Amino acid sequence: MSGSRTMARKAVSLWPGVIVLAVATAYLIALLAAEKQALIIALLLAGIVVVIAAASFGLFESASASFTDHEDALGGCAIMAALGVAAFFHDNHFVLLLAITVLLYSVATLGLNVQFGYAGVLNFAGASFFGIGAYTSAVLNAHTALPHLLVLLIGGLLAALAGSLLLLPVLRTRGHYAAVVTIAFALLFKTFLEVNDVLGGPQGMQVKGMRIFGWSFNDNFEIGKISVSFYMNYFVLSLLVLVGAFVLVRRLERSWIGLNLDALRLDETAANCFGLAIARWKITAFLIGNFFIGIAGALFGMVGGFVAPNNYTFADSLILISILLLGGIGNPWGLIVATIIVVVVPEKLQTIQEYRFLLYALMVIAVLLFRPQGLLPRPVRRYFPGWGS
Amino acid sequence: MSALLEARGLSKHFGGVLALDGLDLAVAPNEILGLIGPNGSGKTTFFNVITGIYRADTGQVGFDGLDITNASGRTVYLAGIARTFQRSRLSLPLSIFDNIMIGNHKRLNQGLWFNLARRNEFRREFEESYAAARALVEVFEPALAGRLFEPVAGLPMIDRRRIEICRALISAPKLLLLDEPSAGMTHEETAELMDDILLVRARNQNLTIIIVEHEMGVIERITDRCVVLNFGRKIAEGPYRIVAADAQVQEAYLGAA
Repeated sequence: MSGSRTMARKAVSLWPGVIVLAVATAYLIALLAAEKQALIIALLLAGIVVVIAAASFGLFESASASFTDHEDALGGCAIMAALGVAAFFHDNHFVLLLAITVLLYSVATLGLNVQFGYAGVLNFAGASFFGIGAYTSAVLNAHTALPHLLVLLIGGLLAALAGSLLLLPVLRTRGHYAAVVTIAFALLFKTFLEVNDVLGGPQGMQVKGMRIFGWSFNDNFEIGKISVSFYMNYFVLSLLVLVGAFVLVRRLERSWIGLNLDALRLDETAANCFGLAIARWKITAFLIGNFFIGIAGALFGMVGGFVAPNNYTFADSLILISILLLGGIGNPWGLIVATIIVVVVPEKLQTIQEYRFLLYALMVIAVLLFRPQGLLPRPVRRYFPGWGS
Repeated sequence: MSALLEARGLSKHFGGVLALDGLDLAVAPNEILGLIGPNGSGKTTFFNVITGIYRADTGQVGFDGLDITNASGRTVYLAGIARTFQRSRLSLPLSIFDNIMIGNHKRLNQGLWFNLARRNEFRREFEESYAAARALVEVFEPALAGRLFEPVAGLPMIDRRRIEICRALISAPKLLLLDEPSAGMTHEETAELMDDILLVRARNQNLTIIIVEHEMGVIERITDRCVVLNFGRKIAEGPYRIVAADAQVQEAYLGAA
């Protein structure tokens, strides 16, 4: 069936998306390159002003429409932009590590998004499942000769497995009560790590760096005469993981499964009257989400080279949740933008480092007050973008 | 003739209130049965017990050769019963198409692999489903048929009601339970909606309907037979004209003279 007769929708231009992406990338490079606090503050203020001005001219509506309709093309541009940022800072350990953090936190929040944004299951133990992935890397890299890419997968699977311990209480309770169960898990997890000597106790343990087919990720290397930070290895791999997670989450959303998850989140009773097996889909969403979080954690453990209980606290889980609220629940693009803001701004603004949680709190309150659907609200589902236009 | 749906001795209480009190009710295949009675007489409770939202205290329900007593909503739906709700229960942020597809659950491939990896096959199923949804909406409101990807939240009551009925009809159920389809609509809108339902039924001869309704004009026009409830008990049964003239029925509606 041809889509032409179905709808008289205006064809959406690719350009607003490209322009917004290009400007955002240039801005991000400027922000990351800035060293003086005064300049950084000026850049941030300028950024806020420009965003508000662009929003009042409706630029973001047309940009978001072109992202919806030309997702493949703009996704490709976004990958090029990310590689461009990395190339610009090719010998800068600090910036590349920051960029890797953004990529892997984005993967983790994509997982939370499947759980909360689609299925409505609030997971306050995101950082714990991230930690399970990281500790998996630490233990397996130290004691086994398993290929490290396989270790990433095992990290994801173990996070899903640990999550399934929570499934029974989460399925038997609803709403806030299910959330409290996950909070309890987050607190128990940290305590468990601290008293467990095999896992290094409160001091944590070292994680051996990644090595694929003899290529060690922890060595700086040179391309021609240009020396490149070893973090570039991890950056490229993290980008691949993010692209994979993004594509999977998108396909999930644009399928009957995405519809099932929305239906049960919005009205469990009605969904059940139309044959939805509520438990099955909640379990599916929870496990898929934890799988993503675990993979991100496993890779992040290798990047950092070190894991300790204090890196996976309840407060870290709250940061992941605040990214979700800030970005726009259910919109993967919004999540990446929000992750950039939440990770990069406090790192660059050294003056507020101590008060970063205060900043997160203020951002979340501001978003809930003025833009409750997040920076980039989720559009209505289109199973095949552009179909029917 | 054997009944399509048969309830025997169905009781349900909420605290000290008996919402259903040993109700016996049968509906024959292809029949349109009106379920009437004053507010609180147990009509909606009956629907909720049948569709697994409430559990019956006592009694049995049989449907199409199956025992569906206290079966889950999912089992009842898979057996071929679809319903609408008294207060619209659409998922407002979702599109018209999404809402209708919720009702199409049993005919869609729900496999994880199919949905994530077989995008070409998924696309075929999507396009077939789209054509089916569009054809059904066309019967009720041609103007809506071109707007299937708009969110339901922006639509007026009558359109929401139409979509709710499409959601119930899309899976071609054997039995349709309509819970006060006229609520929140004018006489004209209700009449139009009923005509559309009858049109769909005329195309699909196997559709049996139980309708709960306060608007007696609707009941008189479309039902073959009526069952009158009061305090959870059946007080009269038969064609509308006859039950309407029944002294007990008039007393139930108007109070004792």
